[in-house]
Amino acid sequence: MRQLIIQSAVSGLLVGGIYGIVALGLALSFGVLKVLNVAHGELVMLGGYAAFFLFTNMGLDPLLTIPLVFICVFALGTVLYSLLFKFVVRFDIETRIKNSLLISFGLVLILQAIAVFLFSGDDRTIVTEYSSKALVVTGWVRIPWARSAGLVVAVIAAFLLEWLLNRTTFGHAVRGTSEDWALASLTGINVRRVYMIAFAISAGLAGVAGSLVSLGYSVSPSIGLGWTLKALIVIVLAGLGSMRGIVLAGALLGLVEGLASVWLGSAYRGVVALVVFLVVLSFRPQGLFGRGGNHV
Amino acid sequence: MSRSTPPIVGWLVVLAITIALGLFTGNERLLTLAIQTYTLAALATSWNILGGFAGQVSLGHAAFFGLGALLTRELWLGGRPLPLAILIALVVTAATAAVVGVPMLRFRGIYFSVGTLALGVAVFITAGNLRPGISSLPAEALRAYEFQGRYYTALGVVAVTVAISAWLRRSKTGLGMMAVREDEEAASATGVNSFAHKMAAFVISATLAALAGAVFGYFSVSYYPQFPFSVTWTFDAITVVFVGGVGTIIGPLVGAVFYVVGRDLLSSTFPEVQVIVFGVLFILVVLLLPGGFVEGGHRVFAALSRRGTAQPTGSRAEGERETMEGKESV
Repeated sequence: MRQLIIQSAVSGLLVGGIYGIVALGLALSFGVLKVLNVAHGELVMLGGYAAFFLFTNMGLDPLLTIPLVFICVFALGTVLYSLLFKFVVRFDIETRIKNSLLISFGLVLILQAIAVFLFSGDDRTIVTEYSSKALVVTGWVRIPWARSAGLVVAVIAAFLLEWLLNRTTFGHAVRGTSEDWALASLTGINVRRVYMIAFAISAGLAGVAGSLVSLGYSVSPSIGLGWTLKALIVIVLAGLGSMRGIVLAGALLGLVEGLASVWLGSAYRGVVALVVFLVVLSFRPQGLFGRGGNHV
Repeated sequence: MSRSTPPIVGWLVVLAITIALGLFTGNERLLTLAIQTYTLAALATSWNILGGFAGQVSLGHAAFFGLGALLTRELWLGGRPLPLAILIALVVTAATAAVVGVPMLRFRGIYFSVGTLALGVAVFITAGNLRPGISSLPAEALRAYEFQGRYYTALGVVAVTVAISAWLRRSKTGLGMMAVREDEEAASATGVNSFAHKMAAFVISATLAALAGAVFGYFSVSYYPQFPFSVTWTFDAITVVFVGGVGTIIGPLVGAVFYVVGRDLLSSTFPEVQVIVFGVLFILVVLLLPGGFVEGGHRVFAALSRRGTAQPTGSRAEGERETMEGKESV
């Protein structure tokens, strides 16, 4: 029993890393542009396919192609912004959120259908030579290498993003814009450009998460909504305050799910997360680590 | 609809045609299409009460559709008469919605959408865990299966749903809902109990969704009980409402006809193409034509009537006023 509990906790933590990266991207677009892109999970899915085809067709290791996948989905992000979200950010904040929700919801349908059309509905997983290898601790706790990459990359991504936002001129422009876009615009910040790049980075992060999903788990056209939901749960848990808080909340969610599956069975894994979400949303809408007042 | 004929006449004509359709055609494919259209139209109309009138964009509507389908089918196949089965399903759903609505309606705006989405997915997973096996009609029910009764059940359901929705839109309660949609604070300040109005919309909407679900549970020969809880139903309802015209009575109906007929026409090529076409259309409507087909129709109608009566200013102003009235009455 002890073994089962510890093993489930470890698996939960590892998947929690990916929850963290998916949520980082979603929090970036939600926090800066004030748009809710529910098609974020579909970008994860597309990133996963990119990594999968780079591996199967060209033999490139999915961990090495992470920057490449980031760039591809980043580019897709600029296209989606210019085609769709550009028209939404003209509205006041309430309309912006509502319309972006509806538009990205249409995007969910379109991207899923395109994925079925191009890639078929099959589950795809990248199988490398280290896929079955694991670090075995104290004789019986297995930490699979391929899955631990998720947690490591999530931590790296969070630190890079914090550095970008806090230490660079562009980051200051982003933070200024997310706090008050009108004021930022008056101080000479090109708000449209900030919006486009922030949205593209958000998409790129989803792509990175996709690489890790297809390495440690599996990719199919319908996985998107599940990841979006997990990311939303993580953001509500963390509040929009800090990037580290989001990765922490992701790991925490994974841990709770892992432990819950010990007692409730893995069939109710997803339900536990949603119940946690609704409870936190009801009693601490500013998030577990939020400083309050950052609700949009 | 022109001023000389009251809207009720138009509705009666539509009703007469649809009743006649069931009497004179034995074409099962046509009747199946019609039943699918009515089910979707009823579901979309029910979503429209909460999302269109009261402005609360629910993404968990399928939970109530599924509950209606599940309860109706299990009670009906368990030997109870169909009307009783449906009645029980509606009462249970209404009670469930009233309980669930208390925490859900505390969430505002986007939080309500995300909260209902979470609820819908949780219910979907739970339904699949509780009823994993496929649900098929038993042999004797299959032998007694006939289309006409099902056709009229579906027609009755959509007629009742539309009638309730139309009545609600003109009632004081409905006006209160729309006031909440436009500005919740302002509505509260003028004495509208915003929580009570949102709750009324939530419960009525959920109950009518269960009624549409009952048609699905009664009509379908075999399906996985989890299926009607699937988020696809919510998505279909929302696209239909927006493409047709959100907040109107006729919009969800036009949208549903367009959707089901379009799906049938495109299904012979690639089923994905249909989804892409509707996805693009949906996005275009949200971005460019927020009133959907109904608003588009009014614009065209206004442009035509303006051109037809080539009199100066006076008649033009009247034409414009007419479209305003027309918008109110649909």
